[in-house]
Amino acid sequence: MTVSKRQQTQTRLAYLLVLPATLLILAIYIIPILFVFLGSLTDYTLVSDYYEFVGFENYRQMFGDEVFANALNNTFFYALLFLPGAFIISLVLAIAIQEQKQFRSVLEVLYFLPVTSTLAAMALVWAALMDSGQGVINNTLQTFGLPRVNWFGNEDVVLYSLAIISLWSIIGFNMVLFLAGLTSIPKNLYEAAAMDGADHPVDKFFRVTWPMLGPTAMFVAVTSSITAFKLFDTVAILTQGGPDRASEVFLYLAFLEGFEYFNMGYSAALSLFFLGIIFLFALIQAFFSDRNVHY
Amino acid sequence: MLTDGMKMAQLTLKNIKKSFGDTPVLHDISLDVHDGEFVSLVGQSGCGKSTLLRIIAGLEHPDSGDVLIDGQSMLEAAPKDRNIAMVFQDYALYPHMSVGENMAMPLVMARLPLYARLPMMRSITPAGRGAQPEIRADVEKVAKQLRIEHLLDRKPAQLSGDQRQRVALGRALVRDPQVFLMDEPLSNLDAKLRVQVRAEITELHASSGLTFVYVTHDQVEAMTMSSRVALLQTGHLLQVGTPNDLFADPANLDVAQFIGSPEINITPGESCDGKVTIGATTLPIALPTSGPVQVGIRPETISVSDAPGLGALNSAAPTQRLAFNKRLIEDLGPEVLIHGTFAHAPDSIIRIRAQKSDAYSSNGVLAKSNSLEVTVNPNQLLFFGADGQRMRPTTVAQKRVETA
Repeated sequence: MTVSKRQQTQTRLAYLLVLPATLLILAIYIIPILFVFLGSLTDYTLVSDYYEFVGFENYRQMFGDEVFANALNNTFFYALLFLPGAFIISLVLAIAIQEQKQFRSVLEVLYFLPVTSTLAAMALVWAALMDSGQGVINNTLQTFGLPRVNWFGNEDVVLYSLAIISLWSIIGFNMVLFLAGLTSIPKNLYEAAAMDGADHPVDKFFRVTWPMLGPTAMFVAVTSSITAFKLFDTVAILTQGGPDRASEVFLYLAFLEGFEYFNMGYSAALSLFFLGIIFLFALIQAFFSDRNVHY
Repeated sequence: MLTDGMKMAQLTLKNIKKSFGDTPVLHDISLDVHDGEFVSLVGQSGCGKSTLLRIIAGLEHPDSGDVLIDGQSMLEAAPKDRNIAMVFQDYALYPHMSVGENMAMPLVMARLPLYARLPMMRSITPAGRGAQPEIRADVEKVAKQLRIEHLLDRKPAQLSGDQRQRVALGRALVRDPQVFLMDEPLSNLDAKLRVQVRAEITELHASSGLTFVYVTHDQVEAMTMSSRVALLQTGHLLQVGTPNDLFADPANLDVAQFIGSPEINITPGESCDGKVTIGATTLPIALPTSGPVQVGIRPETISVSDAPGLGALNSAAPTQRLAFNKRLIEDLGPEVLIHGTFAHAPDSIIRIRAQKSDAYSSNGVLAKSNSLEVTVNPNQLLFFGADGQRMRPTTVAQKRVETA
């Protein structure tokens, strides 16, 4: 009897100890998500007090909507432009900088500077640089006899422009992640590789660097994917989805529906769809990070 | 595949110098390692022994000097082109590869062209597929020899320390090297396994006939495994010789103190007019110079006079009696260590290594009295000058100690 009593007290104590964290998670994540889900089942708008439950009508509307398909298309196309750059350029930079002895820290700081800046403010600087009339970039292109580019006005170009700005802002961050991964690779593996004949840079990369970088690479890939799908601020500041919805990405559409058109119910449905995609990435990350750790 | 093909591998180090920044690590090291020899580089940590090994491997470049294999300079050759294999201290196995892949690595690198070594290309390209069975056969052969053929599909993280050790040996052996380098390969094993793997490495040396260079800080490893031992201290090569040379005939005080366990006893003495005095005792030994000397007495060469049967001397040898104050006794099982001082030389601390016998018991001589009389053979004493260099007596012929 005494044993089970003690066990009971211990169990109670355990629940008591996890209570604060549980309450916080409930208050910050679970309950709001639940409310968003409930909201997505209504036709609630900000301009009217009256609303009623419409079931999955919002979702039905979403998957039948051309605007939604366009936003999804834009987002995936943008991600396809952004992700390889965000991954490969950062990795190449990290490897190049790591082999530097003298200027390593200077280069690290230089590449990391954009990360520390406010993207909203920097977006305006980029807008000035990429201005179709007076912009430095177009003037430079012209000096070399190249055609001027309408960076934000051309619907075929605007996603490229946004990808360039996002790359500029994220490469330093990913590079630092890769640098941390590279630094943690034991040096004697490269020495063993040199003894074994794997001293060609290609062999060194594929036999040692890349496999040992697995967990870091997965982390960078997943966080960059999430960043790609989160694209919002530069769109809101520079293009407002234009021209002709060519840069209307997913999150911007959710913002438009909710806070411009006040369709909170529909916007909630869009947000939940977005959450699902992010959740998928997080799941992939969690699954692979468990299997890729060697030590 | 290990013994066939009569390959000679004479390794020569010529005037190797190396500094890291302003810190000199190796001062003018010259060393010959003969074909099939097992040479240990011994010294305390920081003495430069690992750097020297890395210079032989080609992982480090000397500031000046030359590394020759069979008379050919290897300085410009990449590590893989020196036909040298190396076992790293923590094995440096590729954690993402299976044991078999780890061991196959040197063969894949040597036998496949670059395009066939790219990811996936090994199983697609004709060159990759063609070489595969042969590589597998070679790996299995070495794995069998090292008794790890059942582990080929495992990852290094799933292996025990000695199994990893064997895989590292295997990876080095598959390439059929001329010279085998090992950097403290036993330091990550526990004491019991160390003895076992030590014997296996010695056997491997004997059966392969390869030239071994072995780095260790442990004098026991060096003494038990090597054909010759090279003792390094702060970047200087103090002495090179057979284990017995270093033990019985050390060139200076540092060598004498490094080799031998328990450490050699050093007690101050005075050389004057063809005699050496230790405290109140005068020995008829003539040293080339007069002045203060340091007298080295191996613990193994001292016997306890009061307890017949204790100690290492035979009765025919010349003897010198010395008074001894016992402080404590350590029982090691088959033998005992007696700590104490020479009565007439108070700053001497002497350890005697003696065979255990009836004298060592609750009512034996050793237990009863703190004042003992011990006997040394004057011929077995080692004399060192104030500079630490060995001084050889001019009158008494030096006799070698045959027991280690």
